[in-house]
Amino acid sequence: MLGFVIRRLLQMIPMLVAIALLIFVLFSVIPGSFATGQQDEGLGLDMAVVARMRAELGLDDPLYVRFGKYVQQLATLDLGVSFRSRQPVIEMIGARMWPSLKLTIAAMAFAIAIGLPLGFVAALRPGSLMDLGLMVIAVSGLSLPKFWLGILLMYLFALTLGWFPSFGYGQGGLSHLVLPALALGVSPMALLARTTRAAVLDIMNADFVRTARSKGMNEYRVVVWHVLRNALVLVLTTIGLQFGSLLGQGVVVEKLFAWPGIGSLLVDSVFQRDIPAVQGCILVITVFFLVINTSVDIAYKLIDPRIRYT
Amino acid sequence: MNRLALLSGIAVATAGLLAALAPVAEAQGTTPRKGGVVRMTAPYASSFGNLDPHMSGRSQDGQVHMTIHRTLYIWDSAKGAPALELATAATASAGGTVWTLKLREDAFFHNGRKMTADDVVWSFTRLMSSGQGFVGARWIRLVQGAVAVEKGEAKEISGIKKLGEFEVEISFTQKVEPGFLFYNMTTSILPQEEVAKPTWATNPVGLGPFKFKEHIPGSRLVTERFDKFYKPGLPYLDRVEFPIMAEASARDIAFRNKEVDTSILGPVQYVAYNNDANLKKNILEVAEVFTRSMVMNHGVKPFDDKRVRQAINHAINTQIIVERLARNKAYRATSWLPITVPGYDQDMKPYAFDPAKARALLAEAGLPNGFEFEWTTSQNESWGLPIVEAVIPMLAQVGIKVRTKVVEVAVLTDLALKGEFQAYIGSSQTGPDPLQTLRCFHSATPRTSCNVSGYKNADYDKLLDEAGTTDDPARKLDLLKKANWHLYDAAPVWFFNYNKAALAYQPWVHGLLGNPTELVHQYPEFIWVDATSPAK
Repeated sequence: MLGFVIRRLLQMIPMLVAIALLIFVLFSVIPGSFATGQQDEGLGLDMAVVARMRAELGLDDPLYVRFGKYVQQLATLDLGVSFRSRQPVIEMIGARMWPSLKLTIAAMAFAIAIGLPLGFVAALRPGSLMDLGLMVIAVSGLSLPKFWLGILLMYLFALTLGWFPSFGYGQGGLSHLVLPALALGVSPMALLARTTRAAVLDIMNADFVRTARSKGMNEYRVVVWHVLRNALVLVLTTIGLQFGSLLGQGVVVEKLFAWPGIGSLLVDSVFQRDIPAVQGCILVITVFFLVINTSVDIAYKLIDPRIRYT
Repeated sequence: MNRLALLSGIAVATAGLLAALAPVAEAQGTTPRKGGVVRMTAPYASSFGNLDPHMSGRSQDGQVHMTIHRTLYIWDSAKGAPALELATAATASAGGTVWTLKLREDAFFHNGRKMTADDVVWSFTRLMSSGQGFVGARWIRLVQGAVAVEKGEAKEISGIKKLGEFEVEISFTQKVEPGFLFYNMTTSILPQEEVAKPTWATNPVGLGPFKFKEHIPGSRLVTERFDKFYKPGLPYLDRVEFPIMAEASARDIAFRNKEVDTSILGPVQYVAYNNDANLKKNILEVAEVFTRSMVMNHGVKPFDDKRVRQAINHAINTQIIVERLARNKAYRATSWLPITVPGYDQDMKPYAFDPAKARALLAEAGLPNGFEFEWTTSQNESWGLPIVEAVIPMLAQVGIKVRTKVVEVAVLTDLALKGEFQAYIGSSQTGPDPLQTLRCFHSATPRTSCNVSGYKNADYDKLLDEAGTTDDPARKLDLLKKANWHLYDAAPVWFFNYNKAALAYQPWVHGLLGNPTELVHQYPEFIWVDATSPAK
């Protein structure tokens, strides 16, 4: 097991290097630059200032020189300095990491808390009205655009009912977290419901379940002890993938709710060509995704002791 | 009823009514109230870029800079001119190229230290320091010796002399009005000892009416009253908060929910708020100093022909685009200078929508069958693709075919400055200094400054050159008007609109100013909230 974990962690390194290279090259060749994007409206740019900025930020260095500096920095876990704020990127991301994680965890908790039971109940009554109704909810959740859903939640729960604030982080309290978590969590909830339903239906028809019933085991024990545990192995993959990608998916929700997460930092940085910040954000999101995936693989072993890693 | 009892009853009832109304009358009255909080949304991006005013010229950052920092001059929206601020007196000599500025002796930084002439010298020198791209450098470059510092050839700006602890003399390379240069927040006077600290980027210290308190990047920034601000009795507020809300729909809901006190309105919200009997009472509108236009590259045929450019202005039904697409959240442009800038002529009528005349002009120019060009645009809803798509059929009617090239705004700027376009639609800052604005079409102004179209005309140059040297304000204004008329006739661009900025504010907010340089840029010392404000 330890060997497996070490192997997986080592496998991340070439993947991260490849991604770092790809981002670097991509943002070096796309048109537009930070220096010329400094004015909001109008072309009142001072080209001498632009030239100084380019020199200061090393934008005039040849590509290979810039890449060399970048790799050197990465080797020491230095993500560089933001063009916009002139602050270390790692500090900027650090300030945004916890709000993003908080939002992701809350969204995922909602998705699991609602999606798993929804899918489970639907699978226990396949073809019924309940099954149909629950699956309509699931499909709707997958289809609804987060932006639109977010506005709807704001309108209903903030403006009309006054139950929650409509935006912002506040002092980090729960009340500000609810609406953005719901907006972000509905889509993975829907996916989990459908995945759980499919997994449970598949296992309900398995031989070992029929054997358990024929041995006289009560239905509750059959469902919880045999069906659920085995279904979880299949569902876990979906949970892991969703969790890993939610950090990046939070962009729209973060922007809408003025949530100070890494997603909104990434979007702003892309538009303003703040390349170090873009590179840093993408790398961090990638690392997060890879770590979550590895954790899911490890969790398989805990759920199903029969699984052996080579 | 006993008459006395009746009269007493009336008196009591009246007194009661007056007592009941008094708080409301006072709240809605003109007596500023000390205390309270105003929550002014930062509407243009999902974060503040840089809290150092020398580093960022972005409008959103400017909101915070105006709260925490100060400059030698500020913009007086009522007079439409710069006004003395940290400088208390300004005297010109040597034909307007040398200015002696007396400074306030009661201005304190938030760390308690008094501002002196040394701070002005240091701040301006910092702006020109070679090796760093300070945005404010463009305003200092006209000071003698500034370029030498910029190039690393000198350590001090020879044109700035400290005459006393609270007096400086600034020599310029040409005749200027320093107020137009030094009202910009990018020329803020900063404390050297604070800038040197590693915490400067996250904990700014300035001379403004409010000091920095808290910043949650991507969420909000909070400032609190600075009690030693040099204007007696000001500021009124305890705190100014800047919730960051780039999404118009979310801002709309937060505003209606009374969670924020101000909200910049986009075209959709502008219509909705004006249709709401309550909301429409509290909208502040101003013609900002931005002109939206389609800039034609005069180095590309047939845009070098004035008749073709005039034909385009006649071919487009600009009025209907302003009404239907911009939803009247814009003023129809007549020429380059916008409404709030001196030199704008109220009597100037915009180009008439006249496709027949457009065809005739094109025929005169040797293009009876029209021509084709590539129109570069961004996705901006006010001056981008939606406008282009509306114009294309109008141009087609007179035989002009258009291919669109859609790019990001940052890319558009790059292409424009390099001249790699045939025509593009964009927004240009056209004020508040009319002379600097009109210089954008002077032959000596390179494309990389602001003569993006590459316009060249000796007669126009003469008008501006004389306007730049005359000491007679009336003559200067006349010359600027003539120059603006010249541009009207020459039509170097399709004149689209002047931005109409609209700011919705809650009924308990008072003291907002219609700042045409940028409506969200408010001097917060004048803002106050009455007792009905829910923010604590």
